[in-house]
Amino acid sequence: MDTRDTPEQAELRRSARRLARELGPATVADLDDATRVKRLAVAVRDAGWLELRDDAGDGTPVAGGVEAAIVADALGGAVADVAFAGPLLAGDLARRAGVDDPDGVVVAFPSPLTEPAVMSGATTATPLYAVDAAGERVDAAHALIPEATGYRLARIAIGAGHETASPGSDLTRSVHVIPEGTPVEVVADQRRLLTADDLAAWSALGLALTSADLVGAMRGVLEVTVAYAAERRQFGVPVGSFQAVQHLLAEAHCLMEGSLSVALHASWAVDNLEPDDAWAAGRVAKAYCARSARTVCETAIQVHGGIGNTWDCLVHVYLRRALLSSQWLGDDGDQLRALEHHRLGVPDGLS
Amino acid sequence: MDFRDSQAEAEFRASLRAWLAENNPSLPTSSTDDEYWARQAEWHTSLYDAGFFGLSWPARYGGHDLPPVFDVILDEELAAVGAPPRPSLGYLVQGITTHGNEVIKDRFLPGLINGRARWCQGFSEPDAGSDLASLRTAATRDGDDYVIDGHKVWTSYSDLADWCFLLARTDPGVPRHKGLSAFAVPMDQAGIQQRPLRMINGITSEFGQVLFDSARVPAENMIGEPGEGWRVAMTIVSHEREPGELGYVARYAKTVKALEASVRAHPDACRSDQRDAVAWAHVQAEMLRLHVCRRLSERLDGVDHGPGGSIDKLLMTWVEQSVGTAALNLSGAGAVTDADDVALKIYLYSRAQSVMGGTSQIQKNIIAARILGLPTA
Repeated sequence: MDTRDTPEQAELRRSARRLARELGPATVADLDDATRVKRLAVAVRDAGWLELRDDAGDGTPVAGGVEAAIVADALGGAVADVAFAGPLLAGDLARRAGVDDPDGVVVAFPSPLTEPAVMSGATTATPLYAVDAAGERVDAAHALIPEATGYRLARIAIGAGHETASPGSDLTRSVHVIPEGTPVEVVADQRRLLTADDLAAWSALGLALTSADLVGAMRGVLEVTVAYAAERRQFGVPVGSFQAVQHLLAEAHCLMEGSLSVALHASWAVDNLEPDDAWAAGRVAKAYCARSARTVCETAIQVHGGIGNTWDCLVHVYLRRALLSSQWLGDDGDQLRALEHHRLGVPDGLS
Repeated sequence: MDFRDSQAEAEFRASLRAWLAENNPSLPTSSTDDEYWARQAEWHTSLYDAGFFGLSWPARYGGHDLPPVFDVILDEELAAVGAPPRPSLGYLVQGITTHGNEVIKDRFLPGLINGRARWCQGFSEPDAGSDLASLRTAATRDGDDYVIDGHKVWTSYSDLADWCFLLARTDPGVPRHKGLSAFAVPMDQAGIQQRPLRMINGITSEFGQVLFDSARVPAENMIGEPGEGWRVAMTIVSHEREPGELGYVARYAKTVKALEASVRAHPDACRSDQRDAVAWAHVQAEMLRLHVCRRLSERLDGVDHGPGGSIDKLLMTWVEQSVGTAALNLSGAGAVTDADDVALKIYLYSRAQSVMGGTSQIQKNIIAARILGLPTA
């Protein structure tokens, strides 16, 4: 057992954080800088990060869950307004199904965004959501069609003009609504049916990536907030010199550290544990990270005082990002329910 | 990054598992029952004699020179079979190893590690709790000895201890942090009186107070140099805050397993908030296990966490108190209708975790100043 980064992982962590910091938004106004957003998207694409979970040619992914989570953590830390987990989850699902992963496809989720969409008709029966698509428009989303021995992939084509759809509340990643009644086609030439194990391992990746994003968001928002507390003066002294404020920040720092420990394990588990165990590791991590991230981001707003409640203060951008990363693939409450079902033998639907 | 056992680790785990199958003493949940403390010494020597204690400590003193992560395996396997946690004395070993001279180390470390010599830690006093440097117990030089007068309190295991790791004031004439020294004081002498303290959960054999009335300790029993006591104390408390040194991961996992088993036995008798509390306790206990994996792996780089121990202490406190709260929540009426309710005892004991080894408020002060770099008032 040695949970330290390998030299390659440490280098990826450094370079991903550097890139995210240099090209991510430093202020709320930067979110409107289309040139910067474009440069960030190009840099992430050119680094090959959107293909980390695509098929390396032998059915295995290009890179491990650990590497993918290192990038997710870096992007979350800088509230980098670029798609990452969405394309990775689509690539991972396509790899497991043995289909090509065309650009511009993400996975469709029904409300409340906790599980991938499962289709049974020729058109969608409820609104679906395409989360974290790259670019302003999304061409299609993948969903699942149940069969006797597994799942086929379905392709939901998203019509022209859809790029103007609601962008969701996260100011750094998109959530496109796919309206009810959108046609569903079976994906041709799927080489393998997706098994329950495939879906458990895929969920484990989703849980690990959203957990890593939350860890990054906690680290980033705390850096901003600690710096602010050291600089902002009231009563003639920095507000960060008051124990009341120090203790809030110390607690938040501990929550971030504990979250990192569980999130690292979940990212390693994706490719190294049996699917059910990887799934459970992801659930534990996401439960801890989601609950912690809410508290940390709320602390950040509190320590920023009145300024923290204004649109132009960056901390709500972190909170909004954390809200989407928490909800996507299930928040802490969802994870506890799943763990109860798994560990306590509590049947579904028992209240 | 690899959480998997290496071959050596897997072999160690297998032999430990085989030994535990035959040698689990099946003690009551620790910290809730005097029987646990009464038989703790027996458990220590049994674990040690089988080769499963003192894993990362020097072989010269009876340890095994193994990497620190072996302690994670020990904790995991103890938890898996509901065995008692490993004895919590790594912080004393670290204190003696870091500050003791060669004679002190050769003399005291083997007995401390093999469990034949029992130790307690005499730091806190009635008027020196969080403000430890204000302690007044005096050690006055008299020939080849020091004479000790004072009063220590909240002293764990003082009733069974052969030795007290004592922090006392040797020089009242210098600034208060500079006038302290540390000693290994023999407990079996007329000048020392030990009185048990009853904890809020009713147990009487963990907690004590120790009165020193012209007790004597040879000067050669000083650990570190005269005036080095504050630094010795800081070494000890920083390690006392690390769950990797304490082995508490096994204690929490054991309790969570028991809580889960009681939910499984009567799933439809539980409210959803009770199940959530138990599931959350599992999440917390897993977090701490994985956090310890990370911290002990970092030690392979020779990283000394220093103030980082305060982070770990707060995380550990939240875990223990989540587990305690889950036990209370699940017990429901049992905790108020039965004074001997185990869940009640677990819950009540958990309240000590945010005080012992430095209060949560002190930990937050340390984190704010030394990790976050926030300005002092």
